[in-house]
Amino acid sequence: MNREVRFFQAINEAIDLCMEKDPSVYIMGLGVPDPSGVFGTTLGLQKKYGSVRVMDMPLSENGMTGVAIGSALVGMRPIMTHQRGDFALLAMEQIVNQAANWYYMFGGQKSIPLVIRMVIGRGWGQGTQHSQSFQAWFAHVPGLKVVMPTTPYDAKGLLIASIEDNNPVIFIEHRWLHNITGHVPEGTYRTPLGQARVAREGTDVTIAATSYMTIEALRAAEMLVKDGISAEVVDIRTLKPLDEKLILDSVRKTGRLIAADIGWKMVGFSAEIVARIAEEALNDLKCPPIRVALPDCPTPTTPALANRYYPLAVHIVATARKMLGLSADLPVSPDRTPVPLDVPDMSFTGPF
Amino acid sequence: MESEALKRLYCVMFQIRMIEEKIAELYSEQEMRCPVHLSIGQEAVAAGVCANLSRDDYVLSTHRSHGHYLAKGGNLKAMMAEFYGKVTGCSKGKGGSMHLVDFSVGFLGATPVVGSTIPIAVGVAMGTVMRGGQQVTVVFFGDAAVEEGVFHESVNFAMLKKLPVVFVCENNFYSVYSHISIRQPKDREIFELSKGHGIESYQGDGNDAIQVYNLAERAICKARQGGGPTFLEFKTYRWREHCGPNYDNQLGYRTENEFQAWRQRCPIERLEKHLLKEGILCNQDIDRMVSRLKAEVEDAVVFAKVSPFPEEHLILEHIFAP
Repeated sequence: MNREVRFFQAINEAIDLCMEKDPSVYIMGLGVPDPSGVFGTTLGLQKKYGSVRVMDMPLSENGMTGVAIGSALVGMRPIMTHQRGDFALLAMEQIVNQAANWYYMFGGQKSIPLVIRMVIGRGWGQGTQHSQSFQAWFAHVPGLKVVMPTTPYDAKGLLIASIEDNNPVIFIEHRWLHNITGHVPEGTYRTPLGQARVAREGTDVTIAATSYMTIEALRAAEMLVKDGISAEVVDIRTLKPLDEKLILDSVRKTGRLIAADIGWKMVGFSAEIVARIAEEALNDLKCPPIRVALPDCPTPTTPALANRYYPLAVHIVATARKMLGLSADLPVSPDRTPVPLDVPDMSFTGPF
Repeated sequence: MESEALKRLYCVMFQIRMIEEKIAELYSEQEMRCPVHLSIGQEAVAAGVCANLSRDDYVLSTHRSHGHYLAKGGNLKAMMAEFYGKVTGCSKGKGGSMHLVDFSVGFLGATPVVGSTIPIAVGVAMGTVMRGGQQVTVVFFGDAAVEEGVFHESVNFAMLKKLPVVFVCENNFYSVYSHISIRQPKDREIFELSKGHGIESYQGDGNDAIQVYNLAERAICKARQGGGPTFLEFKTYRWREHCGPNYDNQLGYRTENEFQAWRQRCPIERLEKHLLKEGILCNQDIDRMVSRLKAEVEDAVVFAKVSPFPEEHLILEHIFAP
């Protein structure tokens, strides 16, 4: 019996189940109790658990991250929510200097079980300060785990596992995934951290992707069938600790790698995938690995530019075709009428 | 203050002074291979505040934390071994002087980025309330910490939620070589700045251990009874250089005269004079105490020196908790 639930509902369920089970779990963030409930992810929680455990907060991202860390030191399990990952930049000092290091620099005595949710914006004129994604930075820091679910199933399973994890976890949710539906079991279950997933089997090229790019990769794989190309799509899911083995096994099988990430290309997470393949599976490659990621520039707001800024399925298709000796022209125009490119789907009519 | 409490106060200050001077003496052996920020001259604030705390109460601190660690009851041998980078150190040799911790006495951590433990202390207080605990949390920091935005974020939130936290600012007028007049407006005291947040704020003589004790007692009792946070500013002076064992007044960022004026106001000599005059202590008591403390310090140094270093495999351990 397939239970179809939206990604944002799956997030809500995960938080609800964890808070019900464990009184030390609490959630804070700007607008967490407000009527829109952070894109629906926190709706109903304050009514159920009260305002001590479901907290709005002052606009003090760095200070409140410190508060979360301190509460964790005496046994609480905080979930912080940033409606945009860009706001979390104000908290970098506490996240990197304090939360990530506390366990190690004090000789392994007390870890910080903190989950920090960050929503990545896109489209409708978000612009550069409402759409950045910093998984590369966070994955670079020892002591932080980094998780990026693609499906509603994993949104719930990975969030439950992250809340139960005794370490700081950066949990990145793409705004355009919030409304997608997928099979989500009732009740508690976990998607273990550190495990990637083969989202679609194939034999000719591996597309290892994160977050929303997994959706584009799946679209690309479907389109590539017409070209006689069988693409294997790997949904990375946890960036740190990375499931290197699954990705390597896939690349050894297909001999070709496209690393697709929602961040920028330069020193992005896609570079880490390519580096590992180069170090450990160079002789299995039939052609050079390619990264598909954002160009190295800030996000413009006008749809005229933003629509040409984000890599799409057609770009992955063109890359794969070139790898297999076919023409690299875009197979179709990137524009997809009737859905404009600066919204995830027809249901979105702005503004946030 | 009762005689016993006064004697304990004096003993704690003396212990801190003795240990810090021992570190200064041994530092040139180059076996304590980490930066040390000594508390010499500032002992009264640590001792006076912590005398009001129970073992269960929480303290967080900053880079100049040896005094706070010891006054809270932190393990001396573990501290010394940590300076020597040994696996028997309080942080298993992974933190050094700038990252001291002793969970068994509620010293939850000291980290060196100025201001960083202030919001963490507020969080400890919030977590305590959430769990129905009675512990009070004290956070120590210096004059420059109130220039960090995170200080204001922390006080704002602590006041909003009326949390059981006491903010203790040791104003020693210098942030490394920068005098406070270069960093903060003249004619505006730190405790007045703090008052702007609506938090009850007091200023005291940080070299008068009894005054420190009394102000801290009021603040800590108030917090424990649910009265919310207090801010205490204590003016004091560090005798030696910002980081390291030596005197550095010859560099000229501060004058020898200024140092001498504060030297005359040594918090330990002041309390000792008072206790001798009042007959609470006699010279024999002091001699006995000195012998005992001296033996403890020597023991701690021996322990640190003979302890083993951590093994190589520990480099990659304690990154993630299971």
